[in-house]
Amino acid sequence: MFNKSLSIVLSCLSIILISVSACKKDGNNPVGSGSLTVEFDNLANGSTLILGQNYTNANGDVMNFSQFDYYVSNFSLVKADGSVYTVPKDSCYFLIREDGGENTEIELTNIPAGDYKEIRFVVGVDSLKSVSPAGERTGVLDPAGDGAGMYWSWNSGYIFVKVEGTSPQAPLDPASGTNKFRYHIGLFGGYSSATLNNLKTFAISDADGDVAEVRTDKKPLFHLKVDIMEMFKSPTTVSVAANPTVMVTPYSKTIAENYSDMIKLDHIHN
Amino acid sequence: MGSNWLLPVVLNIQPMKNQFWILAIFIALVGCNKSANEKPFAGLKLPSNFPKPAYSLEDNPVTKEGFELGRKLFYDPILSKNNTIACGSCHNQGSAFTHHGHDISHGINDLLGRRNALPVQNLLWQSSYFWDGGVHNLDLISLNPIQNPVEMDENPVNVIAKLNAHSEYPKLFKKAFGSETITNARFLQAMSQFMAMLISANSRYDQFKQGKINLTENELEGYAVFQAKCASCHKGELFSDFSFRNNGLSDNFTYDKGRYEISLIDSDVGKFKVPSLRNIAKTSPYMHTGSFNTLQSVLDHYASGVKYSPTLDPLLQIGGKLGISLTETEKSQIIDFLKTLTDDDFIHNSEFSEQ
Repeated sequence: MFNKSLSIVLSCLSIILISVSACKKDGNNPVGSGSLTVEFDNLANGSTLILGQNYTNANGDVMNFSQFDYYVSNFSLVKADGSVYTVPKDSCYFLIREDGGENTEIELTNIPAGDYKEIRFVVGVDSLKSVSPAGERTGVLDPAGDGAGMYWSWNSGYIFVKVEGTSPQAPLDPASGTNKFRYHIGLFGGYSSATLNNLKTFAISDADGDVAEVRTDKKPLFHLKVDIMEMFKSPTTVSVAANPTVMVTPYSKTIAENYSDMIKLDHIHN
Repeated sequence: MGSNWLLPVVLNIQPMKNQFWILAIFIALVGCNKSANEKPFAGLKLPSNFPKPAYSLEDNPVTKEGFELGRKLFYDPILSKNNTIACGSCHNQGSAFTHHGHDISHGINDLLGRRNALPVQNLLWQSSYFWDGGVHNLDLISLNPIQNPVEMDENPVNVIAKLNAHSEYPKLFKKAFGSETITNARFLQAMSQFMAMLISANSRYDQFKQGKINLTENELEGYAVFQAKCASCHKGELFSDFSFRNNGLSDNFTYDKGRYEISLIDSDVGKFKVPSLRNIAKTSPYMHTGSFNTLQSVLDHYASGVKYSPTLDPLLQIGGKLGISLTETEKSQIIDFLKTLTDDDFIHNSEFSEQ
């Protein structure tokens, strides 16, 4: 009797085990493809960035932002097993423009279904694209289209991150009659010889091991926090009075290094 | 003239078959005549003595329609903010597409630039443009003067909007690219097609190299001196190695740091691109500053005017001696040789002129 019961229990257990492992297998190798949303949640000192509002930077300067635009590109996704899916070149350039609305989300489509633990991307536009002919500069990369204002025509290259606004610490700008600051950070490393390269790569994953489950019928979301004040904080505290305008100058490296950790994971939403 | 020929026939028109045919033949003849007068499009011809172009022509093949559209745009002030300055305003064909007689150019509202306008010629063979090499692709050249506040001061978004709203351009873009919608990429490609055609390769020097003509004794002497003393920078058939060098015009570059402004590398302060010497006799004044009016004064500079600064080119301080040793005879021989680089066909080619 006991033996019989045991064998029934064992069979049940094995059935359960088989079905569980089968389920697990399904979960690891889902079929088809799906989409994934990446939200770039712009913040200032930890709370939602509002253009036109005053914030105090690490140096104690009051900064009132009118513009915060940046390119994100070259996305790739790392599966739990370490394999990497790279988003094709023709659909990997995005321009995030803070406008107070909900337009700071992007969608990556045609992603093979799977569990992704890490998202990698670049802030800026890579060197290959930066030297491409006119025919390849469409959409957000079109200086006369969606990419307006994000391109240097005299030093052909894209502005990776553009921050403008006013500060009582900034000197009076004769052109606008206001105390303006302008941080236009770009430079992709040069065409023929090595020059300053301010491209910054981000690799973001969840400390607790959460994954984004991309399925044909499930669209997960990487909610990222982008704190603008990190640009002025560390490793170098930036004084608006001393550096109100930073564009194509060696100091752009300092700002780029500061923002190399400005994007962090809030959470992964499935 | 064609319509004058037609006039009597049209007046005599009667419902008779014969006369209808006469009219038809006349129209056909006039039509033929007209197309015979129109020069067929020569197309892009790459000179056999030039290296492989740096520009990828496969990405933007030159067509008759694209070239003609680019030409119209090149001469159209619509590209500037207040519709007063065209590319052709500062790039005059008779001066090999430079700004004749201007040390630096005046752009919109008579504002002055910082540097002498470079010739628009043989651009297919360059891999960087402008005195500081800030632009890497022929397609992207036009955006620079359009956006420069002292040149055309216009926003590329406005340029495309103005062209789309224009009465002729959408049709011309359709002819060139198959669609009436004008995009920035198409606009820039049309500009490139025109500029790609601006090839100067038929100077007396070229004809001499091809064995078609002889040069004078003085010119040949000059050629020899040139090869010995100038050709290490003004190299090859394009007469430039297109590198960036400090040629000792000044010892203070606070006003214009040249290549440094692009590269941010300290050793690039005061360096500017070595310009081609083709059509040099036509492109006075000289240097990036436009500060020399004659070839004689340029050679005087190299012989005795070179100023030392830490980034001065090593070739201009060999053995601790500044400049290049040149006798007065050598200078005049070099000048004679440089004049053989003038390409009259290029300067007078009506295909390149405003129509």
